[in-house]
Amino acid sequence: MRFRLLRGDVILKILLAAAALFVIGVVVGLAVELFLGSAPSLFKFGPSFLVESKWQPSNNVFGAWPFIYGTLVTSAIAIVIGFPISLGIAVFITEKLKSHLTFGYLLGTLVDLLAAVPSVIYGLWGVFVLIPIIRDYVERPLSKSLSYIPLFSGHPFGYDFLTAGVILAIMVIPTMSAVTRDVLSVVPNSQREAMYSLGATDWEATQKSVLPYARSGIFGAFILGLGRAFGETMAVTMVIGNIPSVSSSLFSPGATLSSIIANQFGESSGVFQGALIELGLILFFVAVLINGLARLLLWRMTRATHAKA
Amino acid sequence: MPKPNLPTSISLWRKIVNKLMTILVIIAVILAIIPLLLILGDVIMRGAPAISIGFLTHLQKPPNATGGGIANAIVGTFTMVGIASIISVPIGIGAGIFFSEWATSKVSTFSSFMNDVLTGFPSIVLGLFVFVIIVYPTKQFSAFAGGIALSFVMLPIIARTTGESLKLVPMTLREASLALGIPRWKTVIRIVLSTGKNGLLTGILLAVARATGETAPILLTASSSIYFAKSIFQPTASMTVLIYNYATSPYATWQTQAWGAALVLIIIMLGLNLAVKLTIGRNLSGKKVDL
Amino acid sequence: MLGGAIKISKYKTMDTSTVKLATKDLKANFGKLQVLKGINLAFPENKVTAIMGPSGCGKTTLIRCLNRIHELTPNAKVEGEVFLDGVNIYSPQVDPVAVRRRIGMVFQKANPFPTMSIYDNAVAGLKLAGVRNKEKLDSVAERSLRMAFLWDEVKDDLKKSGTNLSGGQQQRLCIARALAVEPEIILMDEPCSALDPIATAKIEESIASLKKEFTIVIVTHNLQQAARVSDYTAFMYLGQLIEFGDTKDIFENPSNQLTEKYITGEFG
Repeated sequence: MRFRLLRGDVILKILLAAAALFVIGVVVGLAVELFLGSAPSLFKFGPSFLVESKWQPSNNVFGAWPFIYGTLVTSAIAIVIGFPISLGIAVFITEKLKSHLTFGYLLGTLVDLLAAVPSVIYGLWGVFVLIPIIRDYVERPLSKSLSYIPLFSGHPFGYDFLTAGVILAIMVIPTMSAVTRDVLSVVPNSQREAMYSLGATDWEATQKSVLPYARSGIFGAFILGLGRAFGETMAVTMVIGNIPSVSSSLFSPGATLSSIIANQFGESSGVFQGALIELGLILFFVAVLINGLARLLLWRMTRATHAKA
Repeated sequence: MPKPNLPTSISLWRKIVNKLMTILVIIAVILAIIPLLLILGDVIMRGAPAISIGFLTHLQKPPNATGGGIANAIVGTFTMVGIASIISVPIGIGAGIFFSEWATSKVSTFSSFMNDVLTGFPSIVLGLFVFVIIVYPTKQFSAFAGGIALSFVMLPIIARTTGESLKLVPMTLREASLALGIPRWKTVIRIVLSTGKNGLLTGILLAVARATGETAPILLTASSSIYFAKSIFQPTASMTVLIYNYATSPYATWQTQAWGAALVLIIIMLGLNLAVKLTIGRNLSGKKVDL
Repeated sequence: MLGGAIKISKYKTMDTSTVKLATKDLKANFGKLQVLKGINLAFPENKVTAIMGPSGCGKTTLIRCLNRIHELTPNAKVEGEVFLDGVNIYSPQVDPVAVRRRIGMVFQKANPFPTMSIYDNAVAGLKLAGVRNKEKLDSVAERSLRMAFLWDEVKDDLKKSGTNLSGGQQQRLCIARALAVEPEIILMDEPCSALDPIATAKIEESIASLKKEFTIVIVTHNLQQAARVSDYTAFMYLGQLIEFGDTKDIFENPSNQLTEKYITGEFG
């Protein structure tokens, strides 16, 4: 039997496909335009841009390395602090609060509320509340007693890698813990019960059956959090000092790829502006890579769960 | 066979570890909640003194003058979010419907993947993008450019939520409609869409909330201003950029106003998020849409 | 201690010297729903006891109370006593974790740990208990896999993942896993319900040889299986114990009319 191809169907499909193609277009356009916009700098400096650590707008010398370094350092601090806390929250809510589901939901909502706070308000709070606390109660004491360790050398002013890392940690916790929570809650109960029936304590059941089962999802959450940390701009730019630096001290001011763009874009032009856009291009590729990886892992985890079920 | 010698009651060490892990996990929760309480507390305590009717209705003033307000910033933010919504809602819903109803097409799967990559993208890169395509050629910062930049922030969220919600509409509903002879396009628009409309609303609210709180993209495209924008093709103030400028300034009056603006912004954000939780929030197959 | 004899139903008492596990007025709830309404049952040592009954009669809940797994479900409650060698496992001084070491369980659907190899699955319980000696682990792994009639099929593939096995093999792996910790009692919750007849036959074969060393309680909705495999049978209905006795007696000459109706298939 042949069905007449309805005009309405065709029109709708074309319209909707156009919308879907628009999405693809945005991502592709993003890459293209960033490439074009960074042309003055891209062609002037070539691949050495990535490893050059001098950034002097007045001399037209630009290099991305201090910002790649800053992004890596602050994200590392954020993950080191934020990942265990996120895992702990997720384990608490899914494993310990099984009999108190509403409380678990409320707690989860509370943590998710952290995600609703805009980045600039984190920055505001960071400048006036966090910096004095970290500077006076963490950095000054450490600097007095342990300044021979390179990590704690230099005089702390509060606008540094450490503060930026701490604020990033607070900002990535909601994302990582929400995804981890979802991942842990799809682990079948029979896995836990199998461990219990062998004579395991609560923690042993979690550690030996639930966490391994969910490990690719947990890793996906980790990567997602990392991606979030890489791209955060406003909170970081307000507390990091925005001085290009590759110092190994936590107390040194620095800058990340995104923070320096926010900080210096307003006064830039010509090659300077091109260099900043090129930093954006680097950020683009990093974000695509990380986001893609995270989605792949999470997608595999949900598929695997359905296959095993 | 002889029975091997195995302990029949559990060792003290295992009991200690069990208790310890419970304590550690509770500490993790406390460590996460403390910053939230501190931030909200500080915003309320430091921002409340700045709030008044005048604050909400007056224009910005220089730091030494009294009676400054954030009216133009509020208008600017709403304008740009409005522009962004006009663009991103139709396209986002359209793409989302495509993801769900034509899920097998290669365009659909690729676009859906691209959409996921775009979700949670560093928003400053989106700002650079709009700068290059609109601001630079026209040599003009504008609310329009800011709105476009925000639309790229909102688009993937709306498309994703729409797609996920519509996928939950049972297949039997579509089959019943088609079996009655209703053409596919009407089935999709009338039946699938209206069944899933809660999810769509959630997505739009989430996207609006997200866009309202964004700073980086509009910093690079709409810049800032101390006046009301006379047209959308002029630079405009916005709440987030105002907070950024005032907070990083050396003036105490402006800093207090930054806290005040932050309080207004947080109230709007929390209000939007609460609206989301009340409509459905997490009930998209029990899975939350991660931002 | 319970005294010389236990009354387990209107018709039967049992000599306590042969009893390994016994319940006294055992009640269980899920929230407001009372699933077990006061069960008095005794399980003789080194024998296979089958628990049968229609869906919803509470048989699965009953065995989950025997190794204190039921209470792990949110909003679940247990009342009454369960005596293992005369000691009430629900008394406050008893650690449920220790109880579960002595009473093992095989679940309805095979649940090997997917991230562990066959070997690691088998010795998982031992490692929990702190056994680290490689020779001991190897010997126990082999012993348990042999007792579960799985050794010959997997002995060359011990490091491979447990999920590549067939359903029947996975279930035997779970049996081996439960055996490895040397429990005294093995509880089986409809272990063959998801398996084909050949796999089922293999497991029933292993049960016959396991009872020499262990006390086995098997829940089944398959009447023929209960008749084939068990020495004693208990029949439950709507949360109550209707009848208990020698399997031969129950099937050939049931004392209770309800039992007879169930056996002849009038309901089920």
